[in-house]
Amino acid sequence: MISLKKMNQPQDTVYEQFEDLAQQQETYVLGMWSFLVTEVMFFGVMFMSYIVYRWKYQPYFYALHKELDWRIGGINTAILLASSFSVALAVHYHQRKKKMNVLVCLGFTNLCAISFIVIKLLFEYIPKWNHGHYPGPGFTWDNPYVPSHIAQLWFSLYFGTTGLHGLHVLIGVILFSVLMYLIAVDHPSISDYLPTEMLGLYWHFVDIVWIFLYPLYYLMPK
Amino acid sequence: MTTHVATEEKNYLQEGHTLASWLLTKDHKRIAILYLISVSFFFFVGSIAAMMVRLELTSPRGTLMSNETYNKAFSAHGVVMVFFFLVVAIPAIFGNFLIPMQIGARDLAFPRLNLLSWYFYMAGGIMFLIAMMSGGVDAGWTFYTPMSSIYSNGQITLALVGAFVVGFSSIFTGVNFIATIHKMRAPGMTWWRLPLFVWGHYATSLIVILGTPVVAITLLLVVFERVAKIGIFSPELGGDPVLFQHMFWFYSHPAVYIMVLPGMAVISEIMACFSRNKVFGYHFVALSSLGIAALSFIVWGHHMFVSSQSMYQGIFFSFTSFLVAVPSAIKVFNWSLTMYKGSVWLASPMIYALGFLGLFTVGGMTGLYLASVGTDVHVTGTYFVVAHFHYVMVGGTLLAFLGALHFWWPKFFGRMYPEGVAKWNAMLVFIGFNLTFLPQFVVGWLGMPRRYHYYYFAPEFQVYHVMSTLGASALAISLIVPAFYLTYSLFKGPKSPPNPWAARGLEWEAAASPPIKHNFHGVPVVVGDVYGYDAEAEELALRGMTKEEA
Repeated sequence: MISLKKMNQPQDTVYEQFEDLAQQQETYVLGMWSFLVTEVMFFGVMFMSYIVYRWKYQPYFYALHKELDWRIGGINTAILLASSFSVALAVHYHQRKKKMNVLVCLGFTNLCAISFIVIKLLFEYIPKWNHGHYPGPGFTWDNPYVPSHIAQLWFSLYFGTTGLHGLHVLIGVILFSVLMYLIAVDHPSISDYLPTEMLGLYWHFVDIVWIFLYPLYYLMPK
Repeated sequence: MTTHVATEEKNYLQEGHTLASWLLTKDHKRIAILYLISVSFFFFVGSIAAMMVRLELTSPRGTLMSNETYNKAFSAHGVVMVFFFLVVAIPAIFGNFLIPMQIGARDLAFPRLNLLSWYFYMAGGIMFLIAMMSGGVDAGWTFYTPMSSIYSNGQITLALVGAFVVGFSSIFTGVNFIATIHKMRAPGMTWWRLPLFVWGHYATSLIVILGTPVVAITLLLVVFERVAKIGIFSPELGGDPVLFQHMFWFYSHPAVYIMVLPGMAVISEIMACFSRNKVFGYHFVALSSLGIAALSFIVWGHHMFVSSQSMYQGIFFSFTSFLVAVPSAIKVFNWSLTMYKGSVWLASPMIYALGFLGLFTVGGMTGLYLASVGTDVHVTGTYFVVAHFHYVMVGGTLLAFLGALHFWWPKFFGRMYPEGVAKWNAMLVFIGFNLTFLPQFVVGWLGMPRRYHYYYFAPEFQVYHVMSTLGASALAISLIVPAFYLTYSLFKGPKSPPNPWAARGLEWEAAASPPIKHNFHGVPVVVGDVYGYDAEAEELALRGMTKEEA
């Protein structure tokens, strides 16, 4: 039933408000970029808060960043970079209509995204939670060199920012799964490569946010 | 531009009469009507709150309601009017309806996103209504921390989530407009042939997509502070409440331009049509919209002259605030010059536009007083500020909204309203408005603080407050009257010709009134300049002459 050889759409779907496929594609890409602008501003607020408080409490922030393991963050960085590469390949193959290759590349990307979340949960969020290092009334802190309220502020920023990023990764996983399904069943709305390209743009954005988060939280200079 | 109108074909209002055909529509015109209904409802809610505030202030002792009720009344007025009326009204109703028509497109670029934006608007609105009825919000529309994050007992969390959701509705509309204006223009519709209505909305959309996410995430952080007790803005946890103010005003000052730029966009269209003249300095008016959009992002600190920011910041923000007056003044001067040597036609939309011109100028000029740090420190938090921003928001945006409603009403519904009543009503709006807010300048200058529900310490202020309340009552009447005659015209109004104002522009010249589902038959091809009015020929025609004979 599901053919894996070639994408066999007779012609591409053009929605009624557009004149032709070219206009539709250009409009979609522009819309996606506009959306990414709003995403940049979203994360901008989190980065701004980080900058203000690191400026204010740099020595404490340095001490606090040792709470995070740079190796785990590094592994996650590598995973995201690899997934960005494979999603770029998926776009390339989709333009050539090589269905099997597209599915493999998207599958690899999705696998990376899931492992990112799993690693983050297993090695970072859950241990922190068990130590009581989550912001809120139950926050416990026993390092005498860093005041408890600043530690809590730091963990607020850490959980807020990486949480928002993690939410984006999770949305990515859902979207990749839907896209793979639609490609697998030759759904008419997926006939051209544009959905893959747009999701790819989104994924590169998620990747880039992490590229900034990693040094800011894991690799702080003294 | 070609004119061909088929009368037999179904218009967009006749394409389906079921509720589902409205609630699931992807037609930008129907979504605009949905917005028109819901925005009018929220405007009514906000007006009730305003009347409560005005009634309370008629007596110096504040006898009608308690402090808390008063706080909830002015907060409800502020939140509803800003987030559910001013930001949304003109773009979501008139922008939605007219941008595709003015650029010669069949629809917006993303019709489903457009419908989704209306649902987000309704969801946010309902959340806020629930918050208002189940305990109320008493932190003002600005939600300053730590009042909003720690001390307030009201339903702040739900209200903030509502504001967050409605922010997404703005973002969707903004993304939609940008993609549409860039990529969906008809052949021949170059950037320099775009009507100024489109330019204004383009600049607005840029502000929306750059600013709205900032306030959305900031309000969400306040929600986290209330719910999970994290402390980005709490001093006890090492946070800084002033950071909230910075991030709030980083959006909310540009939001002032989100509210007024669409109004300016409307005024450009009305001025050109009812002066029968090209907009003077078309390129400058178009670029001044972009100028306002750019400058709007570097003036937010003028809301915070007394919020412990450094003197040097104060000087910087004071200077940039003076700068933003330049593009605004360019618009005002160019509209005035549009009337010069034009053939001015005092129909009801034009009366609203002339009202805008005067009131916006007063609002803008008093803005310069407030942009001067020394003066601002003196009048911060007084009714002078209240009067100033109402002159911009009500005198500007609301009058433009009413002008647009009257100008495009025949386009929306194919019916004419009783013009005589509309004219007198437009003048009543102007008089009622001035009676409401002129006294507030005086009483504010004398020292009446805003957000106080009594002033027993200065009973001599009562005369100003009573004048203001009387004006507000007149204004309320003048806003109820159109609701009646416009609704009446829907059913009994005389059928309007396709172009009752003999206006220029694709929406008037190439489409029926009301338009068909896909707006045009085929794709309109644009030749010739925008605003091709000829005032001289029209003046001569009134005397029965042609140019050659003269």
